[in-house]
Amino acid sequence: MSFLSLLVNEPGRSVLMTGNEAVARGAIEAGIGYASSYPGSPTAEILGNLGRLAGDYHFYAEWSVNEKVALEGAAAASFAGLRSICIMKPNGVNVALDSLASISQSGIKAGLVLVVGDDPAGHSSTNEEDSRYLEKLAHMPILEPSTPREAKEMTLAAFELSEKIKLPVALRCVTRVCHASGNVTVGEIAGVNRKPAIGKNERFITVKFLHALQEAKLNQVRRMADAWPFNRYAGPENAKTLVITAGASFMYAREAVKELGLEGEVGILKLGISWPLPEKTLLGRLKTAEKAVFIEEVEPFIEENVMHLAAQHMMDLYPLQFYGQKSGHVAGPSGPGIGEMNPEIVAMALAAVCGVNYSPPPGCDESVKKLVPKVPQRDLAFCAGCPHRASFWAVKSALALDGRDGVVLGDIGCYTMGVGRTGFNLLQTVHAMGSGVGMACGLGKLADYGFNQPVVAMVGDSTFYHAAIPALVNARYNKSSFLLVVLDNETTAMTGHQPHPGMGKNAMGEEVVRMPVESVAEGLGIPVSVHDPYDVEGTTELVFHLLQSEGTKVLVLRRACALIAAKGTKKPRVYVDQELCIGDSCGCNRFCNQTFSCTANIWDVKNNKAVIDEVVCNRCQVCVSLCPRGAIKVEGGEQIG
Amino acid sequence: MAEPSVHNIIVTGVGGQGNVLASQIIATAAVNSGYFVSVGETFGASQRGGSVMSHIRISREEAYGPLIPRGKATMIVGFEPLETLRTLIPYGNKETGVIMNLRSNYPLSVLVGEDTYPEIEKIKEAIAANSRFLVALEATELAVAAGVPVGTNMVMTGAFAGAGVLPIPPETYEGVIAGLFGGELLELNLAAFRAGLKAIAADQDLAGQRR
Repeated sequence: MSFLSLLVNEPGRSVLMTGNEAVARGAIEAGIGYASSYPGSPTAEILGNLGRLAGDYHFYAEWSVNEKVALEGAAAASFAGLRSICIMKPNGVNVALDSLASISQSGIKAGLVLVVGDDPAGHSSTNEEDSRYLEKLAHMPILEPSTPREAKEMTLAAFELSEKIKLPVALRCVTRVCHASGNVTVGEIAGVNRKPAIGKNERFITVKFLHALQEAKLNQVRRMADAWPFNRYAGPENAKTLVITAGASFMYAREAVKELGLEGEVGILKLGISWPLPEKTLLGRLKTAEKAVFIEEVEPFIEENVMHLAAQHMMDLYPLQFYGQKSGHVAGPSGPGIGEMNPEIVAMALAAVCGVNYSPPPGCDESVKKLVPKVPQRDLAFCAGCPHRASFWAVKSALALDGRDGVVLGDIGCYTMGVGRTGFNLLQTVHAMGSGVGMACGLGKLADYGFNQPVVAMVGDSTFYHAAIPALVNARYNKSSFLLVVLDNETTAMTGHQPHPGMGKNAMGEEVVRMPVESVAEGLGIPVSVHDPYDVEGTTELVFHLLQSEGTKVLVLRRACALIAAKGTKKPRVYVDQELCIGDSCGCNRFCNQTFSCTANIWDVKNNKAVIDEVVCNRCQVCVSLCPRGAIKVEGGEQIG
Repeated sequence: MAEPSVHNIIVTGVGGQGNVLASQIIATAAVNSGYFVSVGETFGASQRGGSVMSHIRISREEAYGPLIPRGKATMIVGFEPLETLRTLIPYGNKETGVIMNLRSNYPLSVLVGEDTYPEIEKIKEAIAANSRFLVALEATELAVAAGVPVGTNMVMTGAFAGAGVLPIPPETYEGVIAGLFGGELLELNLAAFRAGLKAIAADQDLAGQRR
């Protein structure tokens, strides 16, 4: 497990790995020379691991500033003859798409594998995107592993395929592969002798006449797809009902067929390559089937393409019937094409198609209700001591003082939770990386047309470097008026604390030059202030002051992520002096607990007074300064401020 | 009793409690004992106070998918009472064994006064009525006593190891833990693990229920 399993050099041994570790291991076994990524769940741990191992296996690894730059770097290394891997989430593919579509047209030299971690159900994403549509648009073959074991093996095979056809290849994983763990059989880590160079006569140029060559390459893959070793069929020959599936959904389909006792009549065709389709394999199975059932995540990508293929062979396949998202048979609780698959959804669909009875176990909800009428939901919240909670409270207070209904534009990171209760419902827009700053540019130009509300954009430090800088240049150039608050917690917190250009450290752990946010803003000629958000009163005054003048302004609120700050150091104890807290007679309406709502500020029901959960508290001491009675005290350690 | 064809174990709790590490230790101990293991984890909400669940599927026969079907958990290891109950409702059945930490972690809606946290005794009663056995322990307090306030996960791992659900000796788990930590940190984590082992060994209810 973990990092250590990546180092096992005993070919043939079975070790526990996550899908992400398996991809990293596969890349190392494939002898990569270059790896790049911008952190995004569910794939963030791939480059995290590769960065730690780059020195040992003599390849280069970087956290790039964004996915477009990451892809361009990896493509260049491929042009120079190095096997390269580039890793991102679907939103990253959106960012990189312009370059991706061109690189696939110009062609490549050494294998270039794009790992995309789709997040069905959006466990750690703002949206739920099926990246396969974009990968198809970019004329890339799409490979889909079903398990961590396949993820490792397919990574190796993806490099071979990419090199053979000179196209970048997509390895499309889903959260239930990336974040799943399973037995992975490790192979040999071969020593690689690399001499990167670009020949004098080599050219990698995007030009429209290469479109025909690009299509020819895809046709070549189409012919190879039937022999792709990761396609699998399980079930009786000439099955009347054929399940067509890929990725983690295959595992659910297998379990559902077994649960329903339909092993004797339902066949499962698992596609290891979902674009281009293995047409002969599909047509061969479809010819003898009466019903085809599609099980996939998230949208009906395979379903649409297979139905398209079937339409071309209508006479051979008649009277075949299709069941899936389009027919409404394969649907989770929110409807077809929305959310993850699981064994029950597949079992319900197959039961309906095959005419057998099945309903998922009801659970013990009814029995529990008699004793516990309600099991409260657990909303996401800023961690105890999170500087963002203090920052949002200060901005909220400053806007209240200002009284002109200031508009707050959000962005992508931990602080996206500012749309909810933990950020006092402050954010009014959330879209893509850096988009709040671009939108602030627009609103900040509307004063002449009657818009008289102050505009505040809130963006994190890593997001600032990723995509906010062009918007800031635009703001200065076009004289837009708004306040950009950069919530600088000195890390990429949301995805697991990866380094960024403001930190002075890179993916391989080297010390590098720091590019603080304020230097970037100063370089653009934009007035910039830096403040500690733990000083809530000072921050509130500063935000209020900055809202009173015209022009583009930047405020950096800098304080390390509480989870990092909590590590290692001896911190003081923060506690409520219950002699001083007067509970509900205070008139503060349980401020620390119900309003500021830090998860460590709980209520002592017995004494009807505030109390601090010292197991949860990260000792930030912000509540000490906010308690109107001064009842929260600090003991020992160094006091802040 | 013959070993079931698949053990479906759910480790459940709140982000930041170390559930993922606990599930990885259990899973690695099983892989090192020659099992096929699949783990499905949702850690997008980790560290941010959301519900976090790991599904661990352990079989001598084949690799299962990463999600346990509804009603099919054989064992639930709950790091927090409310999360234990939340998990039992869809995934448990009358044959499910439950080991639960008694330390509550309050959801935001409870903090702000919109919801009330159910009484612990009612939670225990509801779980006991809908499972094969419930062992409830003060794992967080045991971790604090062992000198590792953040070692709840190790205490719970120890309690699971000692419950005899899997035919894997505690030494195998300890070997996995030894590969993760060094020096003083290893000693502290092993102390927490052993505190869990000891607590479960002392539990009379479980002794009667063991199969």
